[in-house]
Amino acid sequence: MVNPTPQPVQPLLVFANIAKNFGAVQALRGVDFELRPGEVHALLGENGAGKSTLIKVATGAHAPDSGHLVLGGRRLDALNPATARALGVACIYQQPALFPDLTVAENLALRLEPAGAWRRVDRRARRVRAAELLQRLGADLAPDAEIRDLSMPEQQLVEIAAAIGAGARIVIMDEPTASLTQREQERLFAIVRTLRAEGVGVIYISHRLEEIFALADRVTVLRDGASVGTHAVGDMDAAGLIRLMVGRELAGLPPPGGTVPGEIALELRGTGCAAAGVGSVTFAVRAGEILGLAGLVGAGRTELARVLFGLTPADEGEILREGRPVRLDSPQAAMAHGLAYVPEDRRRHGVVMELPVAQNITLAAHRRVFRHGWLSAPAENRVAAEFIARLGIKAAGPEAAVATLSGGNQQKVAVARWLATAPRVLILDEPTQGVDIAAKGELHRIIRELAQGGLAVILISSDLPEIIGLCDRIGVMRGGTLREILPGGTAAPVVMAAALGTNEKEGAA
Amino acid sequence: MKRRGREFVLAAVLGAILLAMAGWAPAFFEPAPLRSLLTREAPALVVACGMALVILTRQIDISVGSQFSVCSVAAGLLAAAGWPLGLVLPVAAGCGALLGALNGILVAGLGLPSIVVTLGTMVALRQGLNLARQGEFVNLPDGVQWFGLSQSAGQAVLLVSALLVLVGLALALRYLAAGRQVYAVGSDAEAARLAGIRPRVVTLAVFTLLGLLCGIAAVMNIVQSPQVQPLAGSGLELKVIAAVVVGGVAISGGRGSLWGVLTGLVLLACIPPALTHLHIEAYWEKAIQGAIILLAATAEGVRRRKERH
Repeated sequence: MVNPTPQPVQPLLVFANIAKNFGAVQALRGVDFELRPGEVHALLGENGAGKSTLIKVATGAHAPDSGHLVLGGRRLDALNPATARALGVACIYQQPALFPDLTVAENLALRLEPAGAWRRVDRRARRVRAAELLQRLGADLAPDAEIRDLSMPEQQLVEIAAAIGAGARIVIMDEPTASLTQREQERLFAIVRTLRAEGVGVIYISHRLEEIFALADRVTVLRDGASVGTHAVGDMDAAGLIRLMVGRELAGLPPPGGTVPGEIALELRGTGCAAAGVGSVTFAVRAGEILGLAGLVGAGRTELARVLFGLTPADEGEILREGRPVRLDSPQAAMAHGLAYVPEDRRRHGVVMELPVAQNITLAAHRRVFRHGWLSAPAENRVAAEFIARLGIKAAGPEAAVATLSGGNQQKVAVARWLATAPRVLILDEPTQGVDIAAKGELHRIIRELAQGGLAVILISSDLPEIIGLCDRIGVMRGGTLREILPGGTAAPVVMAAALGTNEKEGAA
Repeated sequence: MKRRGREFVLAAVLGAILLAMAGWAPAFFEPAPLRSLLTREAPALVVACGMALVILTRQIDISVGSQFSVCSVAAGLLAAAGWPLGLVLPVAAGCGALLGALNGILVAGLGLPSIVVTLGTMVALRQGLNLARQGEFVNLPDGVQWFGLSQSAGQAVLLVSALLVLVGLALALRYLAAGRQVYAVGSDAEAARLAGIRPRVVTLAVFTLLGLLCGIAAVMNIVQSPQVQPLAGSGLELKVIAAVVVGGVAISGGRGSLWGVLTGLVLLACIPPALTHLHIEAYWEKAIQGAIILLAATAEGVRRRKERH
């Protein structure tokens, strides 16, 4: 319930037209946001809508490029982490950042006591203070417990205790319930309500709409780095929120189709892997077809790709390649069966930064490019030149180090590496994440051409317009399994609703 | 050609030192002592090549001295028992390969840190050897020293063998897919795995190869004297790792070449006789070698810092 406030309350935190770029990527393009004392304010948006960046602006980790913020009645152009903390901002991350070998009391002391290597440590006072803080939260934790012995939600409680102890007026919670059980979740909600009653402002980030309806007073929706509206939660329903999250036109993508899919290239029948957290996935993808995998972060899409590529081999169900059952229990086996996987996060693992472009392109295809295992520079350069031309890779030359290329071109090198293996099934994991608009368009054209050339493509993407515009069919994953397969071109709110799990009728996958 | 810069700088430094020696102490270049000097370093060169491969994969092996000692004693005992060198060599190499594979299994198979594993095997092998031999020398029969050839012919055989190992491995590193995989694993093991390379197999292979080279080097060592010292390899790990680092192989893996290692080893080996010829006290020897290592490490640090910007 929102209390109708007769006179305007002084807000705890205001963002005014905040913008932030990373290279060519606009992460935030003008966000307005206001947090009042004693409210739980939900922040909602698709993957990549800018929530994390906005949080980092609030905690002082990122300085905005333009716009300003008002915090504690002061107008500021940027924060640094120390100022943010001093002004009462605290952030509870999904993965608590505590010292595992120290006790609860020691961890709290590290956050709360003044710095200085020579000050005297009063262990008794530490323990007393820790016990007080934990009691205030109603947390049943011993101050002497070591952090490594605590469960994830217990560690979260320690984080929250540290925030309270530091006198935080603004507490940011980033997906706090992601790894909690129902009971733990209810206990957390009780604590959030306690904070609200004490006049603390809580910024609450979650993909779970039911939590937002249960807990939040107001909600601000971010889309493509801009705020598209703040509403009292009582005035909104799920459909309205989803419309706000995805409501944009699909720009610049030609409609899918034009090719007739061929034979079934890859089929999954109840495939899963307990260790990877995916189970009972059933679908088939045909040669010449692009199958999209949509879903929220943590829905199990990358995990599924890793199962298919033999990185965490399946221990459930069947996988068939062109109708024959296959065992994909190592990347080598997956490659031998014609699969290729361009991983997410190319900066870390998609390319080898220290090797030149040509060597990166041939790395997975040594057997194909070089007969009898002998590397030959002419053969290598021939293959490299072919893909540099075909994918339009902009590099100083085949000998240029990959580290010197732009993000989009690095991604093309990662794709080229796998095309060089002449695969039949290509799995692309977030291929356009963090690349600029022009490179994105080129990658879309390349993906489309590859499918037209008879390749079966599985495209994992958090970019809804990309999935909707590019894919022949869209598989939606949630909670580690495939929930629905929608036709290409399905309206974004429908895909989003399926990813969030808000529509109860679940089509047979 | 920026990638080769380090090797050129090293070669230039070595050239400058040699030129200086030619001016001030031409006696340095008398063939017999110079040949003896280089021959003494031939086994270290063979081990250094293997060490370079291990360091390229972002691992390290500090047990090479102990492996070398064990193989030397084993080879000496076999030779003393009347085995022909043609049989001693493969047995010593196999013995070294087994010791190397043990390190490799512990590092690659169990995922243990290589510095700890090889510290353990270094101590265990050395003490095991002490226990078994009680510090006893092995006296070799006639016909083992210099392969029964004249000293200069024997030295020539050793030098040529060491260079063959170097050239062979350098070519393999450049022209075999396996060589490319060594660089890829050292640069980024996870990226290599995602590219269908088996990082653990590559790691096991380089440790095994290093052990095998230790065995070969041990035989190259025992033929240089009439006796086998029980701890022939003590301190070898430092010399070899120093040569690899000075030679421009990044201790963080993925970067460097065997040509640099050759230059680094020769550079470090030239310091003691150069000092003797210049009548500088021998106490300076280790200090200067240490300074060269620090200089090389600094150059590497500066390079990495530049790269980040």
